[in-house]
Parts: sequence; C-alpha cells; structure tokens
Amino acid sequence: MTETKKYLTLSGLEPLVVTPESNFINIGERTNVTGSRKFLRLIKEEKYDEALEVARDQVDGGAQILDVNMDEGMLDGVYAMTTFLNLIASEPDISRIPLMIDSSKWEIIEAGLQVAQGKCVVNSISLKEGEAQFKHQAKLIKRYGAAVVVMAFDEDGQADTYNRRVEICRRSYHILVNELKFPPQDIIFDPNIFPVATGMDEHRRNALDFFEATKWIRENLPYANVSGGVSNVSFSFRGNNVVREAMHSSFLYHAIKNGMNMGIVNPTMLEIYDEIDKDLLERVEDVLFDRRDDATERLLDYAESVKGQKKEQEDKVLEWRSDPLQERITHALVKGIDAFIIEDVEEARKASEKPIHVIEGHLMIGMNVVGDLFGSGKMFLPQVVKSARVMKKAVAYLQPFIEAEKDGKQEFAGRILMATVKGDVHDIGKNIVSVVLGCNNYEIIDLGVMVPPEKIVETAIREKVDIIGLSGLITPSLDEMVYVSKALEKQNVKIPIIIGGATTSRAHSAVKIAPHYSNTVVYINDASRAVTVVGDLLKKDSEIYKDQIREEYDKFREQFLKRTKKKEYLTIAEARKNKFKINWNTSEIVKPKQLGIQILDGFDITKLEDFIDWSPFFRSWDLHGKYPAILTDEIVGEQATILFADAQELLKRIFDEKLLKAKGIFGLFEANTVNDDDIEITLPEGHVERSRSTYEFLTLRQQSKKAAGKPNIALSDFIAPKATGKQDYMGCFCVSTGFGTHELAAKFEADHDDYNSIMIKALADRLAEAFAEYLHKEVRINHWNYTDDDNLTNDDLIKESYKGIRPAPGYPACPDHLEKKTIWKLLNVEENIGVKLTESLAMWPAASVSGYYFANPEARYFGLGKIKEDQIEDYSKRREISNEEATKWLSPNIAD
Amino acid sequence: MANIRKELEKRILVLDGAMGTMLQQYKFTEDDFRGERFKDYPSPLQGNNDLLSLTQPVAIAEIHAKYFEAGADIVETNTFSGTTIAMADYDMEDLVYELNFESAKIAKQVADKFTKENPEKPRFVAGSIGPTNKTASLSPDVNRPEYRAITFNELRIAYKQQVEALIDGGVDLLLVETIFDTLNAKAALFAIEEVKEERHIDIPIMVSGTITDASGRTLSGQTVEAFLASISHIPLLSVGFNCALGAEQLKPYLQRLSNETEFFTSAHPNAGLPNAFGEYEESPKQMQQFIEGYLKDDLINIIGGCCGTSPAHIKAIAEAAKNYEPRKTVIPA
Repeated sequence: MTETKKYLTLSGLEPLVVTPESNFINIGERTNVTGSRKFLRLIKEEKYDEALEVARDQVDGGAQILDVNMDEGMLDGVYAMTTFLNLIASEPDISRIPLMIDSSKWEIIEAGLQVAQGKCVVNSISLKEGEAQFKHQAKLIKRYGAAVVVMAFDEDGQADTYNRRVEICRRSYHILVNELKFPPQDIIFDPNIFPVATGMDEHRRNALDFFEATKWIRENLPYANVSGGVSNVSFSFRGNNVVREAMHSSFLYHAIKNGMNMGIVNPTMLEIYDEIDKDLLERVEDVLFDRRDDATERLLDYAESVKGQKKEQEDKVLEWRSDPLQERITHALVKGIDAFIIEDVEEARKASEKPIHVIEGHLMIGMNVVGDLFGSGKMFLPQVVKSARVMKKAVAYLQPFIEAEKDGKQEFAGRILMATVKGDVHDIGKNIVSVVLGCNNYEIIDLGVMVPPEKIVETAIREKVDIIGLSGLITPSLDEMVYVSKALEKQNVKIPIIIGGATTSRAHSAVKIAPHYSNTVVYINDASRAVTVVGDLLKKDSEIYKDQIREEYDKFREQFLKRTKKKEYLTIAEARKNKFKINWNTSEIVKPKQLGIQILDGFDITKLEDFIDWSPFFRSWDLHGKYPAILTDEIVGEQATILFADAQELLKRIFDEKLLKAKGIFGLFEANTVNDDDIEITLPEGHVERSRSTYEFLTLRQQSKKAAGKPNIALSDFIAPKATGKQDYMGCFCVSTGFGTHELAAKFEADHDDYNSIMIKALADRLAEAFAEYLHKEVRINHWNYTDDDNLTNDDLIKESYKGIRPAPGYPACPDHLEKKTIWKLLNVEENIGVKLTESLAMWPAASVSGYYFANPEARYFGLGKIKEDQIEDYSKRREISNEEATKWLSPNIAD
Repeated sequence: MANIRKELEKRILVLDGAMGTMLQQYKFTEDDFRGERFKDYPSPLQGNNDLLSLTQPVAIAEIHAKYFEAGADIVETNTFSGTTIAMADYDMEDLVYELNFESAKIAKQVADKFTKENPEKPRFVAGSIGPTNKTASLSPDVNRPEYRAITFNELRIAYKQQVEALIDGGVDLLLVETIFDTLNAKAALFAIEEVKEERHIDIPIMVSGTITDASGRTLSGQTVEAFLASISHIPLLSVGFNCALGAEQLKPYLQRLSNETEFFTSAHPNAGLPNAFGEYEESPKQMQQFIEGYLKDDLINIIGGCCGTSPAHIKAIAEAAKNYEPRKTVIPA
C-alpha cells in the first residue's frame, strides 16, 4: 500500500497531480473577461461557440488548468459562469483539464463550483474582509471539494513587504489547516507579484520580497503551493516587449527556483531565459534582486535603446554567432534562421566522428527544443515550419557525407505515409502536418496528391509504415477515404489511419470510416494536434489509447446517428411546393450587356491585390482570427505579423517577377427554370459551333422540414421559370491563378524550403479567390451591368454584401461536383484556359475557382443540408446516371 | 454498536447482493405494490421497489435476512430511489421521508437480531443513496449542451432529506452508490456534510462509482483517478465501484483505484455482463473465481454484489473472502 501522499490533486475528466517532480504548472488565462477584451466581447455578445474556441486554444496550447473569470460590471456573472462551464463540460477535449474558478464575487464562485464535476481551484479568498468571512468561504470550498488560492491580503490591505507576506500567509495557513482541517496540499498562496523598476523606492524590493516569501512559504508551510500572475512584474515597461519578455523569463526562472510551482504566464511574452542578451539580463536581475542603486536607471537606459528599434534587434541577432556551436545550432532551429546553418553543420561534422552523429546529436537536440516549445504552446506553426526548413537544409548538406560512409542510418521515431487521396489536388494541410511530424523526428513518406488507393496500400505494406495519413479538401475525397480504408482492411493491414483536411470531420471519421477499419482511425482537426496523436498512437502501451479512441468514436457515432434521426424531412414533391417564391411579375430582370463567352488571358495579376481576403490565409497556418485584427491579437499577433510580412514579400516577388499566371473565363446566357429544379441555358445564336444549343444545370433542393413560412430553396428558384414567359439570364465562370504554382513549389521543395512551398500555395489560393471576387464585380458592373451602384469595399465583398450571388459547385448551396462538368462543357474551360478536372472533379491547378452567377436581387447563399432518397432517385433520372452513381457523388449530403 | 473501522482492520467485510433480483422472485402485482394503504393512489405503482418497504415489509426483511444468513456483514436499505427527484416518477415526493425511515428501521431490526445471535460478527446497515434519474453535469438535450435537467442545489436538498430520514431510521453508515455523474455525488456528499454539522454527529460514508464501459470512464467522462480526486475531499470510510460491469471487467479499474487511494476500497460488481435479454447469468462459482482474483491481488476491503447477484453469490463470495487478509491501508488522520 502507498504511503501518505499529500500532493495537490485536481481533476477535470482527467487528473492533475502536482508533485515535487512536476514541472511548473501553466494556468491558461485567456478565458478571463478582465484580461482579454476579445473574450469579454464574445461573452457579452453570447458568442459562446467562439468563447469555447478560446478555451480550446488554451488547452491545445498546453495550459494545464483553465482559469475562467466573468467579473465585469455589465455581465450577469452567475449566468455567464454557469453557462460557459456547462458548455465546457460537453467538450471533452477542454474539460479534461481542471478549472480555476476566478472571481471576486462569492456568488459567482459558488455558481461555478456547483456545475463542475472535477476538483477545481477557487481563485481566490483572503482575510481582506476579516476572519469570519474567510472561514465561512473556506469551509464551503472544502465541502464543494475544491482547492483554493489564498491571496496575501488581510484587514489592513495587500501584503507588500516580505514580513507582511509571511505574516498573512502564516495566519491564513493556521486558520485553514488547524481550525478548519483544510487539506494543506489544497492551499495555493498568491503572495502578490508587484511591478518593479517603477522609480519608487518602496517598490525596489518587490520581486526580491516575492522570491523570499515564496521560499519561506515552501519551507515553513508544509505542502502548500505558490502561484502568481507574472506579467505584473514588468508593468512599468508596457510597450517594450524586448525588456518585458526578458523580465518575465528571468522573474519566472528565479521564482520557480524559490518554489513557485504554478502561475499565469503568457507564453508569447516570454523570451527563452538562456537567450536573453547578457547585458539586458544583468540589468534585469539587478532590478529583480535590488542589487544596485541605479538598477532602475540602467534598465530604463537599455529600454530606451531597444525601444521600437529593429536595427538593434539585428545587432542582437548577430551576437548569438559568438555562442558555442550547439547553442548556435539550437538557436538557428528555434528561430528558423538558415543563413549560417551550413557553416555550423560543417563545423559540427568536422568535430564529430561520423556525419550521422550531427543529425542525431546537434540537430536533434535543437529540434527537441523546438518540439517542447511547440508542445507547450510557446511556438506557433509558422515558426515550426521555418525550423523545419533549417533542419532540412542541414540534413541535405550532410546527406552526401553520410552516403559516403554508408554505415550510418538515421534513427526515426516512426515512419508515416502521407497522401492526398485520389482525385484531390489540395495539399497545403497535408504538407504542414508532414513538416510538423518531420520536425518531431518522424520519417515521412509523402506520396503527394491524387494518390490511388492501390498505391497507398502497396506502399504502406512495402515500407512497413507505422501510420497512414490521408488528406483531402473536396467532398468526394471523403468517399475516397472510406474506399482507402476498406482497401487496407481487405489486405488485412493493421496500421492506424489519421484523417485530416477541410471537409473531413470527426463525425465523418467516426460514422463513415472507423466502422470499416478494424485498426484505429483518428481525425485530426489541426496540425498542432498531429504530434500528440501520432505520439499516442506509437507509444508502447498505445492499445489503451486506441481503445479509448475507438470507444469514443463508437459513442460519438451512436449519438450522432441518434441525433440525425430526429430531423424531419419533406418529400421532394412537398419541398418543391414550398419553394422560394419570387414574384416574377414585378421582379426586375436585367439583360446582360454582352451575352456569350469571354476569356481573360494575360490578365494583370497585380489588380487582385486589393481583393485578397487574408483571414483564411492565416487560418491555413493554424493562426485563428480576423484580418487585420489578428496582427495585434494578444496571443498570435506577433507571429501573424511576421507571417504576413513574409507573405507580402513573396507576393511582391510574384507580382514583380510574374511568377504566377492568372487566367479566367466566363459566360452570360439566356436561362429559364424548367421542371422546378433544372435551369435551361441557351447559347447565343451562331456563337460557337456546337452540337447542341441548350445545356441544363441541375440544382438540388433543401428537404429538411422548415419552420412555418421558411422555404425549401434550390438555386433554380432564383431564375424565372419558363412557364412565366419571362426571359431570364444566368452566368458561370472559372478563374485560376495556379499556373506556375506547382513549379514554384517544387523549386522551393528542392531547396528544402517547405515554408515558402506552403506559402506559395496558400497565396495562390488567396489570389484565385480574389480573382473570383474581382471578376464578379466586373460582371456585376460592366459585362452584365445589372448594378451600377457598386462602391463596395473589400470588407463588404468578404461579407458578401453585394447584389446577386456566385455559388460554386461543391460548396453548400450546390454540393454537386458533377455540375462542374456542365460548366466545363458550356465554357470549354479546359481548351480555353487550361484548367482541368480530376476524376473526383477537383480543379487543377488547385488554385482555381469556378461557379455560377445569379443576378436576381432576391438570390442569396444558403446551405442545402441533407436530402433524401427520393430526391436522389429523381436527380439520377435527370442526370441520366445510375442511382448508385448519384448516391456516390452526393453521399455527404444524404440523410441517414 | 461495534466500530466498523475496527472490523475492517480485522477482516474483509461482505456487502449484500441485489435487492431487485430478489424482489422479482415474489412476482408482486400492481395490487401487491399498492397494498391496502395505496389502493386508490392515482398513479401506477408497480415497479416502485422502494415502496415495498411500506406495503410488503415482510418480504424486504426476509431478503435482508437471507443475505445475512449467506454471510453478509452489511446490508443496504431498500432506498436506492428514495429521493424526491426519483420518486417524482410515481408522484410520491411526499413519502420520501417515511420510505427511507421505514426501510432503515426494517434493515436495522434484522441486523440487530443477527448481531445478537452472534456478537462476534456484528452486522451493519448501509443507507443506500442512489444516483437519481437526472444528471447535473450532462445535458439531456444534444442541441442545448448548456442545459441541465437538475441543479446542484436541487440535488443537495433532495439528498439531504433522504440522509436525514436514513439516519433517523438508524442506519450505521451511508452508501452513495452507482455514481454515473460525479457532480451528483458531490451534491450528496455536500448534503451529508451539512447534516453531520447540524447534528454534531459523524457517520461513516461509503462512495461507489460506476465505470460504464470499457472506456474506463464514468458516464460523465471521468477517468478512475479523476473521479477519485473529485470525491476525496470528504473523509470517507471507503471508495469503490459497483454496477455496469461484472467482477472480471471491473478488476483493472479497481486495481488503479486501490493504488491511488488511502481509503478502504469496496466493490459490488454485477453478476457478469447482461445477455441479449438483459439477464445476468454468471454463476456464484464463476463470480467467486473472479473475486478470488481481487483477493489474491490485495485489492479489497468490502466486497458484495450488484445486479443479478443472489444470496448464493454472496455466500460464495463470503466463503472466499474469509480466507484472505483485508487490503492494508493508511487512513489519513
């Protein structure tokens, strides 16, 4: 039997035990309305979904406890706390960590305690209002089963000296432990971190007193813990991040040495201790330890010299060149600097017995630092991809030496096959995951895009891979993944599959893929999760993890199927009766100025710059937020700014050196709806020699039962039916900015530069979207000319405030990819501009957009949602394909 | 009254088996459930097993006696659903006090009789406190994840009423059991602490969670260790698991629990997993063998049975248990 343990033990769905061996416990604090304006806004506007994302980011970023604070005058704190914690309870990936219920109002604390099943921490209580209240609250906290943060605060105010801190903490501890029998390990003292270098003499010992009080607490108050909010210490240097970051990391370093074992730290505001400029560090520590009378002045002088000066930073950059070899290599990897890596690696090679030792030693040491920083949320994705670039260059340099030796082979943590499935050409996400895993010492076998299932199966078996990663962006890829998993199962392959990509989802993986595969199938929603998931899948006792995943997916599937059953549907005939009705007698129909097909070749791509929607660009790098606010975001702002600058630089090259070519085609035609859901297009007389003069777009109709008065929409509702006798019009288009992308990306890859290879693809995607936006505007104002009042800003365009719509096949209003074939035939797209369709009907080059134009002022975007068998049957007859084939193409939209 | 802690240091104590399974054998009809007193009660009452303490007290006493005869040291009161929350199904919220009080009295009388006959083996009564039929940390509506069908305070008030009646009826200890949702259990423990404080009494508390399936978690999603961390703030007599799994499936979780806790441990598993008809088939002999595994690995201080177990199972378990030393533990001061 175990001996008496007195460790602070907290829990969410999983336990957190704070032992003397534990590393510093990081408390996530962005879910705090007093500390984050963004979170406050989300709570005020009741955008709880987005608020949950803030919490999830904290957990993903490595927070071990989640602090939640709803103290704001305009908020109903009890309601907000209860609602938010209830929502967290239904998100297992958030609620796995313990909660810190943070409020100065007792009723909010109690509300929080009443909805949390795990063992929480209350933040905080103190002797401020006297012993009676302190005891009352402590007794209830114990009864609710929570630990507690005790502020060094009493009837006379906040402790601001060593003696006051010691006196209050001793008294609090005595009352709690001896009078109330409060478990001592459940006490967390917050002995007040105050600003230093304020210019006031009484503040000179603020940091030192904190360190000494912390040490005293840990030595004299058995089992008690110490916590604090670190950013306070640098308050007088607001706006000077160089100094603040150095102060935080130095303070933290010494506070931890003195016994602080948990706290609130913003990882983006933390310099790596060993990398602080020595002169700065000395000045910071002079202040923290009150070592000289002129310590504050000296730090202020330094602060002046680095204030907003990038040049100084560059000097600093070069200073690291005089560090020892390993430190230089690690620095280069952590900071993603490739300028000196060949030089350093060569030096390392000369000093090593075998060239392979440089990879296994110097480089892996550095990459482990990168992995740890990323894993604990201290580095972000774009930084890691830059690190990988440096790593790859170093390895490429060493490769010939290693081969010359012939006996060295790099030891990998595992071998992972990565592929974008057949028919799909999108690989940004797949490449990011490959890079991130590569950084963590996994060997990546990247089969590229449009990989047929046989090749995946064959490679997986031949190369004895440990994990198979499948990626895809368009909806047919979902089916393709099911097909791949069945093919693997048939060959009796027992290798876990990881699934990712824009249209994939946990629901699809659990409901459609996992049941066909006897080994594990895991859905990964972003690249940063990939390392953890792969690590869990490959560790020795992975069976437990695998069982958990399967169990979780089984449960999820069960619930999911139960849920979908609840939905009610109309028959297609009923849905048609409830169509979206436009009064065609009064509706204004504008005849396009120019009917027929037009091609844009040799288009000036620089015109697109103002039409770029940047937010999705950041999202593709796992940086979440709206542009331009994201550039000043508290957490990702700095990285977003760097990424944006790099993007601008490459964009300028694209423009100046004409690296990418933009081509577009569109047509405007006479059109009328026939048989409810089809749109008949008539080519202008004598336009082109064609075997036929009419084409039909087939649209799909919403079938879920709507609230009274709400229609079941199909796109055909926006075009006048033939029976009305009114001539209506419609357009379609295809644009691409992808010509050249593939070659450029290949060039970057050959140069081991994944960062720019991913960047060029992400930019090409943005330019294609911008082109679609640009062309739509041109069509609205000039070619169709149905609106003249179109002074919309780019922001308005992003918000889709324009008149008329441009829905794209494969997207929510018309998920039917087969419609692209009609557009291709109608416009002769491939012949005219060279954009091809793959067998899954993805467009190649990938950076392409195609769609329709509807001009009716009542036309709007909508989501088709799920449809029923009867519509599939009806559709397959209209499309003249088998029911089976129709089911295959539309399966993501078919109600179970 | 003998001190149960002292008994637990000396030997493994045996808890009784299923009440429901035994009651089924009586084949009580709606009229039997109603008895004379509830002849004209407006709602249907068949299936309200707790009510039988009032309408068929002899049968309840018989079942307790059979378990004591089989070798049980502790029997549970017939009060699994004895809260206003669970009784709302039968519109019997007002009877909650009486149901608990009478159930406790019946069990206590039988226990006292057995203790008197054999003072070397003192018998105890545990007041059974079930999970209710509502969960405080899960939403019953997938479209409204923030919604809760019951609050902590509603649970606390209901549990407090049950606890007071059980104590008034004379139970020796309280058993908060079949915990699907830890938050419900925390409300029960909160209520017990309130009663203890108001009455200046102490009463031993057993806590028994339920691992719902092979995920190794409670219905509300906690791991064994997280569950333990969430309920260990109260000085408990024992912590353990019951229901949902058979003795074989429960073992790994019991092992983890036993490694982590300084409280005594308990287990009352089902008689195996239910078959396709929802029946439990594991024989006393089979169950005894699995329990022997617990005993050999020194995992257990209190052992009994849940769904599908009978006096024969308990007899087999008691025979196995008497050959082993109890699990050694250190109770924090």
